[in-house]
Amino acid sequence: MPLDKDTYDQLIETVSRFVTERLRPLEGQVGDKDEIPQDVIDEMKELGLFGLTIPEEYGGIGLTMAEEIGVAIAMGHTSPAMRSSFGTNIGIGSQGLVMAGTDEQKQKWLPRIASGELITSFALTEPDAGSDAGSVKTRATLDEAKGVYRLNGSKRYITNADKADLFTVMARTGGEGAHGVSSFLVPRDLPGLSVGAHEKKMGQQGAHVCDVNFDDVEVPVENRLGAEGEGFKVAMRVLDRGRLHISGVCVGAAERLIEDMVGYASERQQFGKPISSFQMIQAQIADSKAECMAARALVEQTARKRDAGESITLDCAATKLIASEMVGRVADRAVQVYGGAGYIADYGIERFYRDVRLFRIYEGTSEIQRSIIARETLKTGG
Amino acid sequence: MKALVPVKRVIDYNVKPRVKSDGSGVDLANVKMSMNPFDEISVEEAIRLKEAGKIEEIIAVSVGPAKAQETLRTALAMGADRAILIETDETVEPLAVAKLLQKVAEEEQPGLIILGKQAIDDDANQTGQMLAALMDRPQGTFANTVELDSDSVTVKREIDGGLETVKLQLPAIITTDLRLNEPRYASLPNIMKAKKKPLDTKTPADYGVNIAPRLTTTNVSEPPVRQAGEKVEDVDALVTKLKALGIA
Repeated sequence: MPLDKDTYDQLIETVSRFVTERLRPLEGQVGDKDEIPQDVIDEMKELGLFGLTIPEEYGGIGLTMAEEIGVAIAMGHTSPAMRSSFGTNIGIGSQGLVMAGTDEQKQKWLPRIASGELITSFALTEPDAGSDAGSVKTRATLDEAKGVYRLNGSKRYITNADKADLFTVMARTGGEGAHGVSSFLVPRDLPGLSVGAHEKKMGQQGAHVCDVNFDDVEVPVENRLGAEGEGFKVAMRVLDRGRLHISGVCVGAAERLIEDMVGYASERQQFGKPISSFQMIQAQIADSKAECMAARALVEQTARKRDAGESITLDCAATKLIASEMVGRVADRAVQVYGGAGYIADYGIERFYRDVRLFRIYEGTSEIQRSIIARETLKTGG
Repeated sequence: MKALVPVKRVIDYNVKPRVKSDGSGVDLANVKMSMNPFDEISVEEAIRLKEAGKIEEIIAVSVGPAKAQETLRTALAMGADRAILIETDETVEPLAVAKLLQKVAEEEQPGLIILGKQAIDDDANQTGQMLAALMDRPQGTFANTVELDSDSVTVKREIDGGLETVKLQLPAIITTDLRLNEPRYASLPNIMKAKKKPLDTKTPADYGVNIAPRLTTTNVSEPPVRQAGEKVEDVDALVTKLKALGIA
C-alpha cells in the first residue's frame, strides 16, 4: 500500500541522513580497503534497508516501485558499493521468490532475507552466458528417487557471492534455449557448492563478485522456483525491476556528482575568479543538470507505470539506457571540472567515475537495452 | 514509570542560517527543519531506559506550529509511545514553554522529564531549569550519564572542572548534554508504524497558560566575517606579533 506523504518524506529523509552522516565519511576507506565495515552493515539491517521490497506480511516494508526509487536515488548519493551490500536482498536475490515463490517458500526464506539475517545472490551469468542469458550451461538433473535436482556447472561475476547464504540459480532442466531454463533456491551450505575468491575490479570496491561452482550439488525438489522451464521468464521479470532500481541509483549518483562539481567550481579560483564563473564550466554543469533531471523524470514515470500494473519492458530498458549513459557523461564532466584534482584519488571523483562505469554493463548492457527497445518498438510499429 | 520528553522543531543543524534583511530574525522560509539535536539525545535516553525495563511509557511533547507534528512523528518513530502537540504559531519563550510543560506534567505525572539542555536556534538553556523551579523538583542538568533507580536517579553532570555526580529524588528533571548517548536512526519499519501511534493536539489556552512574549528582539545580525590571516617567517616573529596584539 502506498505511504502517505508525511511518512514517505520522513523515510527518505532518514535514509538521506544515514547516507550523509554514516556512509559518505566512509567512502574513501571502503574504496581503499575493499570492505564495508560490519557495524555499518548491521546498522543498515537495523534501519530496515534489507527489507525494502519484501512484502509486509513477510517482514519487509513492501515499498511500491515509486517509493523504492526514492530510496534508490537517496542511496545513490554515496558510493554504489554501499547500496550493493543490500542490493541483492531487495532486488535480484529476493524478487524471484516474491514473484514466483510458493507461500511455503516465501514463509521459509523471506523474513530472514528482509531482516538481513540471510544474504542473497542471483546466479545467472556464466563464462559463456552473459547477455545471451538463455544459453546457460549449468545443468540441473532430476533424481526422482532422491527427490533432488543435481546441479553441475559454473557461474561467473556473481554479486555478493562471498557473503551469500542463499543463491537463486538459473540452470538448464530441459533442451536448448530460454525455455529449458529453471530457477532454484540453493542454500550455500549444500555439499558441492563452492565460491571462488572475489575478483579485482575497476571500481565499486567493497562490493564483491565471485565465481560460484556446482559439483553434484543436490537441491531438494521443493527449492525449485516456479515450474520447470519458467526460470528464464522469472529472471527477466526480476531484471525489469532491477533495471529500474539501478536507474534510480544512477540518478542519485549524478545528483551527487553535480553537487560536488558545483561545490568545487565555486571554490576553485583561476584567473582571479571562481571557475564556476566561466561559461565552459557552466555549460558542463548545465548539461549535467538538465540530463539528470530528464533521467529522473523518466525513472519516476516508469516506476509509476509499473505500480499501475502496466507492461514496462520497453520502459525499463529505455530508462536504464538513458540513466546509466547519463551518469557516465556526468561523471566524465565531473572529472573535467575538477581538472587535475579530478584525477587524484583523494578527491574521490575518479573513484566515482570508475564506480559508475559498471552501470552501463550490469543488469543488461546498453547494447542489450537498445536491442530490447528496438524489438519492442518494431513490434508495436513505433 | 512514565518519562516525558519535550522536543523542539528547529532549523536543521546542517543548514547555514541567513538573517532576514531587516534584521528582525532568522529567515525560516523554505529552510529545512528537524528535531533539536539535544532533544534527540533525550528521546534516545528515554528509549534506552525503556529498553532496560525501567520506564513503561514515553510521552513526547512539543510546543510549536502544526508542522511540529513531523518532529513528534520522528520521536514516535524512534520509539516514543505517544505524543502531544501544543499548537501555536506564536513565538514561545522558555518560561511559557516551562509553564506549559508543568501543566502537562501535572496531568501525566511522569517520574522523569528529560529535556535537551538547550535548543540550537535560540541557545537559551533555560527551559529545564525553569521547569524544575516551577515544579519545585530536583534537577540534574547537562547530563553525561543517567542511572535510574525506583525512587531516585543518579546523574553525572558535565561541569567546567570535569564531572559532578548528583543523586535526585524522583520525580526529577534532567537536561541532556552532547556526550550522554548517540541517538539512533528511526528504522524504516518504525517510521511506518509511527503513523498509527496516538498524537493529541492541544492549544496553550487548553492549559490556561499565557504565552505572550516578555522580550522584544530589537536586532539580529550575522556573525562578523572572519578576516584574512597573516603569515610570519618564524617563531620569534610570531611571538612579537602576538605581543603586539596583546595576546601573549
